Amino acid sequence: METLSFSLRAERVLRGTGRQAIVGVVASGNLEVLAERIEDGTGCRVEVSTAAEGFGDVWKAVVGDFVERVSPGGVCFSINDGGARPDTVMLRLMQAARVLESAS
Amino acid sequence: MSGWSKARDARGERMSAAASLAKGKIVEAADATALLERLIRPGDRVCLEGDNQKQADFLARALIKVDRQKVHDLHVVQSGLVLPEHLELFESGIARKLDFSYSGPQGAALARALDKGRIELGAIHTYIELFARYYMDLTPNVALIVARQADRDGNLYTGPNTEDTPTIVEATAFKDGIVVAQVNEIVDKLPRVDIQGDQVDFVIQSPTSFYVEPLFTRDPASVTETQILMAMMAIKGIYAEYGVRRLNHGIGFATAAIELLLPTYGESLGLKGRVGTHWALNPHPTLIPAIESGWVEQIHCFGSEVGMDDYMRARPDIYFTGKDGSLRSNRMMCQNAGLYACDMFIGGTLQIDLDGNSSTVTPGRIAGFGGAPNMGADPHGRRHATDAWLKAGREASDGEQTLVRGRKLVVQMVETFGDKMAPAFVDELDSIALARKLDLELAPVMIYGDDVTHIVTEEGIANLLLCRGRAEREQAIRGVAGYTEAGRGRDRKAVEALRQRGVIRRPEDLGVDPLDATRGLLAAHSINDLVDWSGGLYRPPSKFRNW
Repeated sequence: METLSFSLRAERVLRGTGRQAIVGVVASGNLEVLAERIEDGTGCRVEVSTAAEGFGDVWKAVVGDFVERVSPGGVCFSINDGGARPDTVMLRLMQAARVLESAS
Repeated sequence: MSGWSKARDARGERMSAAASLAKGKIVEAADATALLERLIRPGDRVCLEGDNQKQADFLARALIKVDRQKVHDLHVVQSGLVLPEHLELFESGIARKLDFSYSGPQGAALARALDKGRIELGAIHTYIELFARYYMDLTPNVALIVARQADRDGNLYTGPNTEDTPTIVEATAFKDGIVVAQVNEIVDKLPRVDIQGDQVDFVIQSPTSFYVEPLFTRDPASVTETQILMAMMAIKGIYAEYGVRRLNHGIGFATAAIELLLPTYGESLGLKGRVGTHWALNPHPTLIPAIESGWVEQIHCFGSEVGMDDYMRARPDIYFTGKDGSLRSNRMMCQNAGLYACDMFIGGTLQIDLDGNSSTVTPGRIAGFGGAPNMGADPHGRRHATDAWLKAGREASDGEQTLVRGRKLVVQMVETFGDKMAPAFVDELDSIALARKLDLELAPVMIYGDDVTHIVTEEGIANLLLCRGRAEREQAIRGVAGYTEAGRGRDRKAVEALRQRGVIRRPEDLGVDPLDATRGLLAAHSINDLVDWSGGLYRPPSKFRNW
């Protein structure tokens, strides 16, 4: 088990009013993402707990691109990873952000 | 012995030696090994029919029992090397030399046997290439073939899995070779004649029916969102863009996803009748929803697929069928259609290097090619035009040419990471390393980079037709290589410039939202849904039944 933590600054605060969202499942090759609003302006945190060790560089790259692409300011994403591939990680993060954006 | 008919005379001697074992053309199963000992001579070229699907498994078991003093050092010339018995021929010294196309499940055993020096390897061919050599320099002396039924004159009924048989028999029978057929049963009247009796010398009823492997059944339940995303991009960015009507699909999940999206996503894009109307394709169950929705005009098949017989029998407007109503497949003819009459090949791979060369060889496994290098190659002998072919040709040229020449679309779909996080994009193909280790003359490359026109990953589509020069091509490939080392090693500026020119297209450039790529888009979510689409005519094999 490896834990990784990333703090980034997004361009803007994530739209929408959703407070909390969970997407995905903890399963082999998949992951669960809990997204929660935090009071931190455009700050964004991503906490990763992963079964696959030694992929820190890849996580950093995926998280960096995600924040650039979606701009999820004011959100903390907690990831429970079952060894998902980077494209699946990106998809789940985007799905979680979308749920917060579209919740009323 | 006269000077001009040595082979005919030798055939006569072998036939006389075997005559006492046969009643007419019929030989008892118990005498099979004795028959082979009398017909086969050391050093003979032998085709032990091993197709993509149907296997002359009884004759394989009979052949490994021969007396090695009498039969040895054979040169095996067959497309599929997929049964354990095929490898045992080499382990025991009955066979020494091998020319083949596909080894699938025996890929690892084959690599080990090569490493130990048990096999003298001629070449790993594409199907049509090996068949071509049957008529040039690899004509079989003896062909051991398989069919469903025979009559007493030796006429054969192959049923839907005709596959390689006519091609093997033609080469053998008309060059003074000997043809032995194993059949499931001997009957008075055949449903139809697939092989004429005067080309068949001996018939053996085998104690058990021959084995057929279900190879083309992809369970919709296993299609992932990433594959759906790639399928959406391919449909919008390639099928629609080029108006591809005549094509071949590989057997992977990404193309299965495309098949399942045609009646849903494809329909919403207004593509029905404009793409995917004519196919060189095995009977993929996942194409049933598109067929039932009226997308498909006709399909010619390399082989059949377990469980599809009744469905195809009920759809003669779509499939090629015999007078008996059942499918007639033919690997040689269908490969030829795939080579010359398809505007696109689209399929998966395991590794792509930065020149776009593509290979399915992984460390310690030589799976062979099957038909992919043939489908996935631009045929320079083509002389008929279609819009798709001309558009691809124009993109590849610099516009100044007065002589326009088309190009076949050769599309590789690959997720950037495979099983166990193995990167699909690599600096050097495992195939090249393996060729070095085994001292092979030719590295087994499935599709050469200069034939690949597009690479589709979950990150986007790279159009290699539009690339000018090797450096640009490399950045186009890196630009869709995701988070692999090759992808992270991209020149970001160069990749952005390629994107501006449309060489690289991201989902958002194509108007595809990755969050729309959900399983809800699939026309069928399970094998059971495919059965429902077929009106109960598709009968999946038990390993795919879970209801």
